[in-house]
Amino acid sequence: MGTICGFVGPNGSGKTTTIRMLLGLISPSSGTATVLDENITHPEKYLPKVGALIEGPAFYPALSGRENLRVLADLGGYSVERVDELLVQVGLGDRGHSKFKTYSLGMKQRLGIAAALLPNPQLLILDEPTNGLDPSGIQEIRELLRTLAASGTTVFVSSHLLSELEMIAEYLVMLREGNVIFAGHTEDLLSAAQPIVIAKPEHAKDLDRLAEIAKASGHDSRVIGEELHIKGPAEWSPVLNRMAFEAGITLASIAAIRPTLEETFFEMTEEKK
Amino acid sequence: MIRVILAELRKLKRRTLSLSTLASVTALTGLFTWLVYFRINEPENTRRGEHISAADLSGQVGLVYGFKLVAFLLGITALCVFASQTAQEYTFGTLRNLLVRQPSRMKILLGKLISMKIFALVMVSLSAAISIAVSYAMSGTAKVDTTDWSTSSAYQLLGRTFVNVMISTVGYGIFGMILGLLFRSPISSIAIGVLWFLIIDNLFANFLTSSAKWLPGQNLFNVSEGGTPIMSYQHSLIVSLFYLVGGLGIVAILFKRRDVAN
Repeated sequence: MGTICGFVGPNGSGKTTTIRMLLGLISPSSGTATVLDENITHPEKYLPKVGALIEGPAFYPALSGRENLRVLADLGGYSVERVDELLVQVGLGDRGHSKFKTYSLGMKQRLGIAAALLPNPQLLILDEPTNGLDPSGIQEIRELLRTLAASGTTVFVSSHLLSELEMIAEYLVMLREGNVIFAGHTEDLLSAAQPIVIAKPEHAKDLDRLAEIAKASGHDSRVIGEELHIKGPAEWSPVLNRMAFEAGITLASIAAIRPTLEETFFEMTEEKK
Repeated sequence: MIRVILAELRKLKRRTLSLSTLASVTALTGLFTWLVYFRINEPENTRRGEHISAADLSGQVGLVYGFKLVAFLLGITALCVFASQTAQEYTFGTLRNLLVRQPSRMKILLGKLISMKIFALVMVSLSAAISIAVSYAMSGTAKVDTTDWSTSSAYQLLGRTFVNVMISTVGYGIFGMILGLLFRSPISSIAIGVLWFLIIDNLFANFLTSSAKWLPGQNLFNVSEGGTPIMSYQHSLIVSLFYLVGGLGIVAILFKRRDVAN
């Protein structure tokens, strides 16, 4: 049984640099790392078992999708049947003979994923695999990654679509300025995050007063649209409701939620939406 | 290594490259050879300021004359092909795919070189065949006797000329490959290579005549000619090898050590 590990971090945090190091494309200035139990100083020992899509699909524009895959298949010693099988798997079975330069962004991305799958990898490293895909394409990739993980492949995937990762990633590695700030089960990260109470006053002009009430009770908050997001446990919701009522504020709605991965990400990386 | 060569040949086989290159080689070789015979009675019928007569062409040299005439163009064509095939890996970003599937950078480099040599071999063979065919076809019109062309010594001359043109063509190609690896851009590497071999190298040779013996372009051309009384074949071969081995060595070290960050 494989697994899916999400790799997240703000732009410039070092995700792609890390992936390039793991693939032997750039040399680390210090430190050590292993991939499939082999030191990254000897990529030739593990790369035959690794598939990768790095920073978007890069292929020869004048060659067809099929020919592009065959170049890589020749290089890795994979059969032409494998190429055809993968083209069908990623939904390019009927466009395999078209030149790469005629492909849409989504088709290029699918070809990149097919190239990564060529070696039937034990470890699949994908950098932003859903870039350029429409919602149904994203859903297909999600299902593909789940299927691969279920069949024993370890998938290491970096993505800006945190909601996607939240759905599929069992593990997460979070980077900030080149440092790992979290590495572990996604569930552990989300359950450790402080819950949020979302209160929406009947009148938007009451938002500031409501924030003051929350602050007086020792809870930080921020206004998002016509709602106030207050850090606090679910049990505190009735208390807030009562205090708002006593202050003459009618709440149109109040709900306690567990923060999403996206909210946790912003919290941890101190980024603004 | 065989896998790298097969992968590289697949790229070289693409119609836009192979057909256009081989069609150009066919057309240029045919045209240059045809012009020599067509203008046989004109005082200047070959290279600038030179004349070759029907009597000259009736000797063994007639079999290879047209072929030798296009050697430089074959070299420039090889330079462009080698440079673009090498530099495009950077501009398309495909080098990272190649290195993930074949982490040995030296194997990638050597595989590229061998596959491009195979391409050059096809190009030079085609040129030789076209030139000989046009020479035979035009010999009657130009009143050139071809009896000497089918002697064993004529075939030996053809073999020697073929080897020399092949060495020279691959030499120009390797210069293209070196430039491609240095500049990582097909346009820049081709522009610099063509500018050097078409203009700068000749300017130096004409205005600073003492430098001619050490210029890469002059020496590669001299190899294709099989040597001249001014510059021996051996000298040109050694100087050319010095440039090529030195240049390839430097770019091989760069290619092995340089991070692939695009």
